[in-house]
Amino acid sequence: MNEQITLSVNGRPVTVVAGTMVSTAVALAGAFFRRSVTGEPRAPLCGMGICFECRVTIDGREQCRSCQVVCAEGMEVRTDA
Amino acid sequence: MPELAYDVLVVGAGPAGMAAACRAAESGAKVAVVDDNPRPGGQIWRAGRGGYASGAIAWLATAERLKVESIAGASVFAAPAPGLLALETFAAGSLEVAYKKLVLATGARERFIPFPGWTLPNVMGAGGLQALAKGGLPVEGRKIAIAGSGPLLLAVGKYMHEHGADVRLIAEQAPRASLVRFGCGLLLHPEKLMQAIGFGGSLFGVRYLTSCWPIAAQGGDKLESVTLRRGARTWTEACDYLACGFGLVPNLELAALLGCRMSESGVAVDEYQASSVAGVYCAGEITGIGGLELALVEGEIAGLAATGRLETARRRFGARESGRRFAAAMERAFALREELKTLPQADTLVCRCEDVALGRIRSYRGWREAKLHTRCGMGPCQGRVCGSALEFLEGWRTDSMRPPVFPAKVGSLIEVSASLQSTVDKC
Amino acid sequence: MRASYDVAIAGAGIVGAACAAECATAGLKVVVVEPGPIGGGATAAGMGHIVVMDDSPAQVALTHYSRTLWQELAPELPGDVEYVAAGTIWVAADEEEMAEVRRKQAVYAGIGVRTEILDAQALAAAEPNLRTGLAGGLLVPDDAVIYPPCGARFLMERARSRGAELLTDAVAELSQEGIRLRDGSFVPAGTTVNATGAWAPELTAGIEVRQRKGHLAITDRYPGFVHHQLVELGYLKSAHSTAADSVAFNAQPRRTGQILIGSSRQFGAEHAAVDAPILGRMLSRAVEYMPRIAELSALRVWTGFRAATPDKLPLIGPCPGQPRIYLATGHEGLGITTSLATGKLVAGQILGHPCAIPIEPYLPGRRQEEARHE
Repeated sequence: MNEQITLSVNGRPVTVVAGTMVSTAVALAGAFFRRSVTGEPRAPLCGMGICFECRVTIDGREQCRSCQVVCAEGMEVRTDA
Repeated sequence: MPELAYDVLVVGAGPAGMAAACRAAESGAKVAVVDDNPRPGGQIWRAGRGGYASGAIAWLATAERLKVESIAGASVFAAPAPGLLALETFAAGSLEVAYKKLVLATGARERFIPFPGWTLPNVMGAGGLQALAKGGLPVEGRKIAIAGSGPLLLAVGKYMHEHGADVRLIAEQAPRASLVRFGCGLLLHPEKLMQAIGFGGSLFGVRYLTSCWPIAAQGGDKLESVTLRRGARTWTEACDYLACGFGLVPNLELAALLGCRMSESGVAVDEYQASSVAGVYCAGEITGIGGLELALVEGEIAGLAATGRLETARRRFGARESGRRFAAAMERAFALREELKTLPQADTLVCRCEDVALGRIRSYRGWREAKLHTRCGMGPCQGRVCGSALEFLEGWRTDSMRPPVFPAKVGSLIEVSASLQSTVDKC
Repeated sequence: MRASYDVAIAGAGIVGAACAAECATAGLKVVVVEPGPIGGGATAAGMGHIVVMDDSPAQVALTHYSRTLWQELAPELPGDVEYVAAGTIWVAADEEEMAEVRRKQAVYAGIGVRTEILDAQALAAAEPNLRTGLAGGLLVPDDAVIYPPCGARFLMERARSRGAELLTDAVAELSQEGIRLRDGSFVPAGTTVNATGAWAPELTAGIEVRQRKGHLAITDRYPGFVHHQLVELGYLKSAHSTAADSVAFNAQPRRTGQILIGSSRQFGAEHAAVDAPILGRMLSRAVEYMPRIAELSALRVWTGFRAATPDKLPLIGPCPGQPRIYLATGHEGLGITTSLATGKLVAGQILGHPCAIPIEPYLPGRRQEEARHE
């Protein structure tokens, strides 16, 4: 299962191995995940879906925890950055 | 809302949950395992790019053979009625699942102790970095500092090292003397640990420093270095990632929502892993942090008891006893020292969801008042990060659970109550 | 035995805190007794809407007066009180409700409250996430929203900076002589004030206050999703009803970008647990007005107990037959709005000063007066 898939992060194409989490794709794209209420750049902390720092918009759906979503071909990911 | 129904529903696809599901399914019961991750395994058995660890494979294969169903990528957010759980999925909206017996194996999360700079991108939990690496994050050639407390640091260090990362050090806050008394049978032979500690602290080529902890992280937009303290000495290490977690905290929220009584260490259960709520069993870390072996045994007992096979369950009591002894020893060895309470400064953020600093929180008399007046704990993590930190820092009890157990779409909350209403109407 | 206070106030919700601030400002020696967090009762559970409500002339007078007090106080409020003059839009679903909009506008115009009628187009422009097909609405631009627990805390701090004391204990008994605490000690006072909201009847027998349970939900951050406090015109029917469980659409933008969704009313619900069916009805009602709300992530749901009176006006003033016990309770869904005015009316009556508005409609003895006149 080394199939490569391509998705976009903030409009930039990112290619990953199938089975990769969206959080990895965002990290590879060099994007921050979100800005905190006082504007700090934030990235994943817990990796397991409880800290909510990894939230991004996936295919128009806001506030998705990217550490628990598997990348899909053609997915559009938008971050706060 | 589609409704699924099972004889035994297991929440959590980690070791405890899989063991419970397998033992329950042996009896011919219709069993399903719910987990919010896309693949089973929980945290300790999380599949990496190379697949599953061998211990996990056996149980997962058994589950498949016994036709245990998997409801993956589903987060339980409410318990609308006895015998019913409401789940939300990323892809398929919300659904309700009915059960005759319930086994909660919701595992544990890391305890984060805030320190200056901990909110920088690339400061993560120890298990957090490992989870992300297993999810595809490249670590080869990256400089990684691992800090905090617990056997997990060793597991993460080993994984990172094996995957080509430059692991700068592992900083364990516990003193050497505590660890020497404890044989880390979790992942290494005790001899190796003794060797590492005894011979100047090198573990598979990685510096392992006891009585050592991080005091600050530095960086602009992301992490660049971490300052550590060991005794009188402080120094700064350049690093790309800081994997830092101070032990584990059980995920008790769903059990609390269901009304299970709690003990000092987690959900209170009897010898058959039954909670105070009829038909609800609890196994694994949520009955008290205890590690892999204990989780497996507790899961087995819960699965057996939930399907009425009490005599078979009793045959596992001995293994559970020895697992508990190990867990108690582990807790003693890695107990968090008081000095860690001084890690956060007054201006260090404790609540990351609402950006609330410790100084503001401390000016209130308790968790509820601090929440109300600073909004600390009122964000999407629902206090899972800051609450656990404040339990350690201030000794506050930070439980109190209302639905939704996890954030859920307004539409899902509507669907839950709508089907509940129609159940009521039918009576 | 402690030295005597002029005023002992039971309850540090926003009403008790406002009373403490006014009495202390007037030079009275004040003590407040509160076992829990400041602003931890209905104050913590409500929407924090500051609104001129025209259910009756007495209600409009009290809410208008109090809203003006909030506007005067606004520049002094610290950031965490989150005072925002977001304005209210009363949303009309159909022509019948638009007639109600015009009636309301006339009432407000008569007392000098600024409003603007919005037709369907203007409503859609003001709030794009409202569904199409609504008839219009009434914008009341000077209504505001706050975060109430911090409002209560600000008022308590103001009271304490002017000499008031705060005792952390529960009230065991409230009498004309003062307050007995749960720890057994006695706090003597010239006047005692019962500002304990839905629990007021436990301390003062015979007052006609009933608990009226409400639900609220708050979402994650969606900045710009809603701009004003939105209230459906059916809201008053819900607040009016004295029997049935009811819901009415209410949505409020918080400064954080989170959206607060309400409202529900139930009598006879004793437990604080979330009631799934009525929560569902409340959220469904919200989705009827703003369909995209269904997609928003709900972080928390909670309940609270309003203090409701039979004539929907609060009880502000001395108890009949017990002139040294004052009531400051029964504010139902208007406690945040009318807290400041309540403080003025309580302090004014204690000191025997004239008040800015007539006090008669809110006097606890009013219903006996009515009975006597029949």
